[in-house]
Amino acid sequence: MRKRLSFLLVAVLLVGLVVSPTYAKQPRIGLIFAEGGLGDQSFNDAAYVGLMKAKDELGVEVNYVEPADIAEMEDHQRAYADLGYDLIITIGFIHANALAEVSADYPNLNFAIVDDVVDNPNVTSLVFEEHEGSFLVGVVAGLMTKTDKVGFVGGMEVPLIRKFQVGFEEGVKWANPNAQVFVNYAGSFGDPGKGRELAVSQNERGADIVYHASGGTGGGVIDAAKSNGFYAIGVDSDQDYMAPGTVLTSMIKRVDLAVYEVIKSLVDGTLEPGIRSFGIEDGGVGTSEFTYTKDLVPQSVFDKVEEAKAKISSGEIVVSNPLN
Amino acid sequence: MGDILSMLFNTAVFAAAFRMATPLIFAALGGIFSERSGVVNIALEGMMLVGAFTAMFVTYHTGLPWIGVLGAIVAGALMGLLHALFCVRYRANQVVTGTAINIFAGGLTVFLLRFYFGTAGTSPSVTTIPDLTLPLLSKIPWIGKILGRQNPLVYLALLAVVVTHIVVYKTVWGLRLRSVGEHPAAADTVGVNVYRTRYIAVAISGALAGLGGTYLSIAHLSRFSENMTAGRGFIALAAMIFGKWTPLGALGASLFFGYADALQMRLQDIGIPVQFMHMLPYVLTMIALAGFIGKAVAPKAAGEPYIKEG
Repeated sequence: MRKRLSFLLVAVLLVGLVVSPTYAKQPRIGLIFAEGGLGDQSFNDAAYVGLMKAKDELGVEVNYVEPADIAEMEDHQRAYADLGYDLIITIGFIHANALAEVSADYPNLNFAIVDDVVDNPNVTSLVFEEHEGSFLVGVVAGLMTKTDKVGFVGGMEVPLIRKFQVGFEEGVKWANPNAQVFVNYAGSFGDPGKGRELAVSQNERGADIVYHASGGTGGGVIDAAKSNGFYAIGVDSDQDYMAPGTVLTSMIKRVDLAVYEVIKSLVDGTLEPGIRSFGIEDGGVGTSEFTYTKDLVPQSVFDKVEEAKAKISSGEIVVSNPLN
Repeated sequence: MGDILSMLFNTAVFAAAFRMATPLIFAALGGIFSERSGVVNIALEGMMLVGAFTAMFVTYHTGLPWIGVLGAIVAGALMGLLHALFCVRYRANQVVTGTAINIFAGGLTVFLLRFYFGTAGTSPSVTTIPDLTLPLLSKIPWIGKILGRQNPLVYLALLAVVVTHIVVYKTVWGLRLRSVGEHPAAADTVGVNVYRTRYIAVAISGALAGLGGTYLSIAHLSRFSENMTAGRGFIALAAMIFGKWTPLGALGASLFFGYADALQMRLQDIGIPVQFMHMLPYVLTMIALAGFIGKAVAPKAAGEPYIKEG
């Protein structure tokens, strides 16, 4: 009896194995967040929005995980890979090292990384033209400054942040050749106290608008602008709400768009691994909606921003990219 | 070159130096209380962080930043008592306990931030303690520009230095504190309660570190953000050692570090690497410990749990 039962069980399992692939029509997407996880009102939350949009509109099966620190990244990547997920999306440069190894170990699966480049034949690297987005907020700053002096506060002096700096400087100069840009680096992405003092020192030298690309350090830049009465420009996500009326605009990276697009190309069967760049043309980078500052900014400034967008898209303006 | 010289004596740089030094002064004074009683306190960083969070949290709910200050003092003191409980009562290794508290504080504050506000990185903006203009001081030509208008907590830090100096050197309790840190057995034989003295000293230490954190979250800035102390607890420890475990020395060291930082920000353009300035406090601490500028001797019993005989 027992023998017969086990035979039956094995038979059912075998049938199940043969049949199941035909049921798995829905692609399965696994997404691994960066440190900080959901609720960061920035990168991770934006990725989540893109993932959910893909789930609703493309009918894919999605799953996600929030790792606590860099040491966990590889385990999570391998876990999804062992389960045979069709596309494993990792958020942030923090995944890059582990992903280079894991993607090589699973050559038949598709991987994607946001904000960094992993050069393996099965990895799609989703990067942003931050220099172009920074150019646009530079145009805003160049036209809005009354002192012809603006500031830039960077987190760490790394090539990625230089990209923001150079784009901003070129945008300011394009809109206002007389303007001067002060540049300072805090040496940290998590020291708002230093961010505040750097912004204050630039303000003391005459800067009346300060753009930051410095993660958590930027909270101090925005606080300084609020208490000392000048403008700040936010970065990565829409930071206008952090000090309404003080944050003139934010340079937004549309991580949600990148995540959605890569899933869509998998579903459409057009997924091509390699570097996929999101810029002004496809709306991957841009300014915020000026939610709280619409009335402060003259229409001529918006017009100039649109002009810059058109010229960058058409190639008439080429913003320098220090990474090239 | 003239630019650099004018920058060296620029009042804006000095004013910034006081702002940057304030959290260091509070925490370094905290370190003095603890170590003078014989308990090594490398948990200043974590205590500052808890203070910074509590100040923001209480202010967020009450709208009254000074209540936030009180909350941070209490929370810091509780962290101090926790440290003392392990170090005094259970005689745990003080460095290990301090490290554990730092890690605990980092995790706890991020957890609470997420739990209450649903955000991982930064809290909402809260009411801050406004800057204060001192009517007489602000009239004095040069000094007025530096200290005439600052945050009340900056003045409080300077006052705390004076108070600490008096408490440690001019009061009976201060004498007991120092004796407990130098030779607890001898203090015990003349009737000083070693354990109670250490508990009180470490609680004061935590309260002061909490005040340092308060300055960051609701005076200098208007929000808490993850790990916003950014190593200031350790710089304060360095300031305490560089200042040879004395309040006035710690003040001088904190101001020097603050000044170096403020100057660095304005000299970045002329090509002094940021990294050089960042390592300066640690290099100076090593120089101090190596005895190049006179002896820097720690309280003799610092780091050793006291076991009462009989």
